[in-house]
Amino acid sequence: MGNFPDIRTQIGDYVDQFVSFLDTSLEGFFDFIFFISSRTINGIADFLMWMPWWLFIILIVLMGWYFKSVVSGVLYGLFIFLIGTFGLWEDMMTTISIIITAVIICLIIGIPLGVWMAFSKGFSTVMRPLLDAMQTMPSFVYLIPAIFFFGLGNVSAIFATLIYALPPVIRLTELAIRGVDKEVIESAQSFGSSNWQMLKKVQLPQALPTIMAGVNQTTMMALAMVVIASMVGASGLGEQVLVAINRIDIALGFEAGISIVFLAIIIDRITNGVAGKFQKHGGATE
Amino acid sequence: MTAQIRVENVSKIFGPKPKSVIPMIKEGMSKEGILNKTNHTVGVYNASFEVEKGEVFVIMGLSGSGKSTLIRCFNLLNKPTDGSIYLDGEDIVAFNKNELKKIRQEKIAMVFQHFGLFSHRTILANVEYGLEIRNVSKEERREIAMNNIETVGLKGYEDKYPDELSGGMQQRVGLARALANDPDILLMDEPFSALDPLIRREMQLELLDIQERLQKTIIFITHDVNEAFKLGDRVAVMKNGQVEQVGTPEEIITSPANHYISDFIKDIDRSKVFQAEHIMTRPNALVSLKDGLNVAVKEMKENGISSVFVVNRSRQVEGIVTIDDAIQGIKEKQRLSDVLRHDITVVNQEEYINDLIPKALESQFPLAVVNGENKLIGFILRVHVLSGLVSEEINKSEAYYV
Repeated sequence: MGNFPDIRTQIGDYVDQFVSFLDTSLEGFFDFIFFISSRTINGIADFLMWMPWWLFIILIVLMGWYFKSVVSGVLYGLFIFLIGTFGLWEDMMTTISIIITAVIICLIIGIPLGVWMAFSKGFSTVMRPLLDAMQTMPSFVYLIPAIFFFGLGNVSAIFATLIYALPPVIRLTELAIRGVDKEVIESAQSFGSSNWQMLKKVQLPQALPTIMAGVNQTTMMALAMVVIASMVGASGLGEQVLVAINRIDIALGFEAGISIVFLAIIIDRITNGVAGKFQKHGGATE
Repeated sequence: MTAQIRVENVSKIFGPKPKSVIPMIKEGMSKEGILNKTNHTVGVYNASFEVEKGEVFVIMGLSGSGKSTLIRCFNLLNKPTDGSIYLDGEDIVAFNKNELKKIRQEKIAMVFQHFGLFSHRTILANVEYGLEIRNVSKEERREIAMNNIETVGLKGYEDKYPDELSGGMQQRVGLARALANDPDILLMDEPFSALDPLIRREMQLELLDIQERLQKTIIFITHDVNEAFKLGDRVAVMKNGQVEQVGTPEEIITSPANHYISDFIKDIDRSKVFQAEHIMTRPNALVSLKDGLNVAVKEMKENGISSVFVVNRSRQVEGIVTIDDAIQGIKEKQRLSDVLRHDITVVNQEEYINDLIPKALESQFPLAVVNGENKLIGFILRVHVLSGLVSEEINKSEAYYV
């Protein structure tokens, strides 16, 4: 039997100090992010609630029809109607607005980072382990600093969701840009394209189908975070699941749970459909 | 013709420290030696040649011979490690970013082996790309693009996407896209290698057609000897990164610089390379219409031949007279024009042996070879046609037998 010697590193304390340091020194910055994010969430949520319920269902049916088929569209509409009958209509709208906000922020941050990684080997080497860590670190762990920065509520939920859902879009953007056919790049170069023209007119459009696959994954992962995010005060369907757990209310748990599943199916199929539309002619990969 | 591109001692080395290898090349160290000693790959080894304005210059070599590396030096997709490339007198290797962008936009365009088309753009938008980069106005670039789409025979396909077109059509788009920029120089990197043989032949002919109209300077890469000799005004043969020989197809076939090249061209279809002028014999004897039969007989006797071509004052062929007809004619006191036979076959000096074979078989007289002004410059016997097809030296002093 060999006991580990009595050595204690204080790395946790350092991280704690670092987080406190960030919180005090970058308070303005975090307030700004808080302001932007909460305004976005509320704006989207208000809009979705303002919309008559039947109009929302019709929109879902039409989207399903356009991206998949008539049958899918009607089925998706039925799913949404069912969620309404569970009495979870407003919760669903909150969840959707949190997801949309998180995905928008993910894209705004993720796509440029992915492009940068594709162009800089050094940056890519630094980012890779960071992305791995973001995906494997148990989500509860970064809920703590989230509360620190943004307090309880939807914005913390967005922050936690970001960390979890950001990696796929970054990774797939990098992969997509790197994967653009070499001859296509050469031909764009041979016409004297500047780097910016190349990125805008050739690399991004060519990479779009793969990037869209990343968007789909990011959206699904954002949805997966809904319940965990409710632990830091996010409202919506996740909150109902949490309430159900606390009350051991099987009925509510099932209804909220199946609502999340319905949402997941609809969002996945529709974002996939969007990616498919881009796939039609774009992309070097056949 | 003037040299438009001059390549001087261009080397391209791949590896961590390419510049460090240059002194070894200057000392004459071999490619293998350099690879073993320094772990650097030599793509192009000390290449020097000139390309003339308006010619089709073919660089031929097997895969790995460095031909694709070399062609990418002309628009600096590969920057040569050492040496200079003068384009209209300016060394483009020393160009900065903006100068480089300018020549790529205005002077040089490239066609790629796997077409390099933008799959997310329509055919029209593909062809417009180079103009778009140069900020040409929308209406103007549309017009230019449509003209070029028409030039390559794709009118009506402009709103399709590349994946909706066959390989041959896709390469036409590649060609139209390159031509839309109206470049002085067209770089073509094995443009027809990915196409099936029938389409390839069609594209080759079409390229020659287009070239006849536009008179660009074309640098063309291929591994196919027949293609090289068919298209090339001059051909450079590359092996292991080195340019082994530069010359016209005839020069390379008749005097290959070394064993490698003679091996390489062994399979060449000579009947498609050699033209009438290469196998014809220049006539020792010619008779003019006003000369009369006696002169004709005398000429034939002196030269030991059995028939002789008769020309008019501007050296255009009038017909042929045989020794038998001439003697008969003298007996019957006829004139030269009475016994003259007109059923001869006249061929242009640029006709390929391939096309001469049936004519030589059908004609009972030698073929009369004329130049562009229709003047008789030589004749071809059946035996010449045959001897033109074998690789041994063609005996030009063949006696004149029918």
